[in-house]
Amino acid sequence: MLNTLIEPLQYGFMQRSLIIAILVGLLCAVVGSYLMVQRLALLGDAISHSVLPGLAIAFMIGANIFAGAFIAGILSTMAIAFIKTRSPIKEDAAMGIVFSAFFALGVTLITVIQKSNKIDLNHFLFGNILSVTVDEVRDTSIIATIVLIVVVALYKELLFYTFDPLGAQAAGLPVNRLNFGLMLLIALTIVASMKAVGVILVLSLLITPGATAYLLVKRLHEVMILGAVIGVISSISGMYLSYFYNLPSGPAIVLVVSGLFILALLFSPRHGIFTSHQMKSGENVKG
Amino acid sequence: MQNISFYEKFSPLRIQVEETPTQARKSTDMNSTAAINISHLGVHYRTQKALGDVNCIIKSGKVTGIFGPNGAGKSTLMKAILGLVPISSGQVLYKNQPLMQQLDQVAYVPQRSQIDWNYPATVWDVVMMGRVRKTGWLRSFSTVSRQVVKEALERVGMKELQNRPIGELSGGQQQRVFLARALTQQAEIFCFDEPFLGIDQKTQTIIFEIFHELAAENKTLLVVNHDLGQSTAHFDDLILLNCELIATGSRQEVLTEENLHRAYNGKVMYFAA
Repeated sequence: MLNTLIEPLQYGFMQRSLIIAILVGLLCAVVGSYLMVQRLALLGDAISHSVLPGLAIAFMIGANIFAGAFIAGILSTMAIAFIKTRSPIKEDAAMGIVFSAFFALGVTLITVIQKSNKIDLNHFLFGNILSVTVDEVRDTSIIATIVLIVVVALYKELLFYTFDPLGAQAAGLPVNRLNFGLMLLIALTIVASMKAVGVILVLSLLITPGATAYLLVKRLHEVMILGAVIGVISSISGMYLSYFYNLPSGPAIVLVVSGLFILALLFSPRHGIFTSHQMKSGENVKG
Repeated sequence: MQNISFYEKFSPLRIQVEETPTQARKSTDMNSTAAINISHLGVHYRTQKALGDVNCIIKSGKVTGIFGPNGAGKSTLMKAILGLVPISSGQVLYKNQPLMQQLDQVAYVPQRSQIDWNYPATVWDVVMMGRVRKTGWLRSFSTVSRQVVKEALERVGMKELQNRPIGELSGGQQQRVFLARALTQQAEIFCFDEPFLGIDQKTQTIIFEIFHELAAENKTLLVVNHDLGQSTAHFDDLILLNCELIATGSRQEVLTEENLHRAYNGKVMYFAA
């Protein structure tokens, strides 16, 4: 058994992919918890689709693709905010408009440049974790460290802001900067995750671990920690499944995390469909 | 018909009001000073006027109620005072300085319906938020803060439920959690948006007790209220709104038939009397 698990690790590419998978599983779960509690899951989807033109342009001009993707992700959130504040269009419609436009531009640009640059659109859409380089492992580690430090350092402010933005603003917290900081964290996380699962499936790693944990525990930091554990377990198991059964890695990871979510949905002690009926009657608090 | 029944219902309150000894009122007036000065405050949502040219004074040591019909801009006025919505004109001064620059003096409790109560947080977590600003960036909560939170939870009768997820509380309990959070902010100005909506009698009693205690400590209290019923007697001063200022001053000065008629356009109001 142990030998079976160790066997893939003799390959350098498997070591690198596993490190990336673990980092991404951890990072997405922590940052994605903020998206879930603010009911902004669609925003994660919007940013992840919107990074594509940034990637393409970075390739064309030979810049760092992380930087390109990050800039495009931030531009998309600014475009969404602009439409929302300057017109009667609601936020969800604004997101739909902006991310599909960015995505279409990205697909077009990548299709145009992929012949001459030996790149593959599919790798951006669905990830290509087995091809990660040492440099990419380094970049992802740096991003993960920065994001986690910021989340810990601003934990109490972000808790207040995401729970009660008006109350936080009235208390004098700089809510616009906190919101923009949160958007930066989300964009950084998505950029760091592109290689592992691609821009289409990253939403699963952002939302599902936190949502699973939310069914099991009751405080934000518990959601983040348990979510991170779920994310990391899913990433590792997904990689092994992918190695032994020759499955695409990104989708394998997503299927594992989705499976864990279904288990929690059915059997969570507090909210499970099969298990929470005793709790429901006990929840009748009056007074 | 409806108007008649409204005034009839109202008259006992007015009689009671007129019976209040003027001497006693004067003595409380001595302690209170104009804390917040609002001049020419206006708010527009896009092109529509939500609130026009409000001028009034809010005194410290008093419980001031913002009253008016639905859509009169009561919550908007409170948010505009605190700078939570962009204002199109005017200014709000606290002790002769812009209030916006002194938000650390403010404890604001939003409407309960504006909050997602399924947020993964316990009673303790929410009340602790009141200490975020006092604690400062990059610091963790001090022992003093924990003590302040414990005392506030005891004061509102929520100490036993401190580890309960906020989603498993009743409406009244949720409101008391917010009241406790406001208390931990140790503010000078307390603003409550519709604190009496959908709560039980016990909670209402606790809230009014605490309001009067805070007023006695010369704090400034501003409360948006939807209900012109019996509870009106708990307010010292009133601001009567209907998209513009109808009347402001002591409860007795504001609650006249003419003012109420103007505020409510002669339409029926609901009484909890």
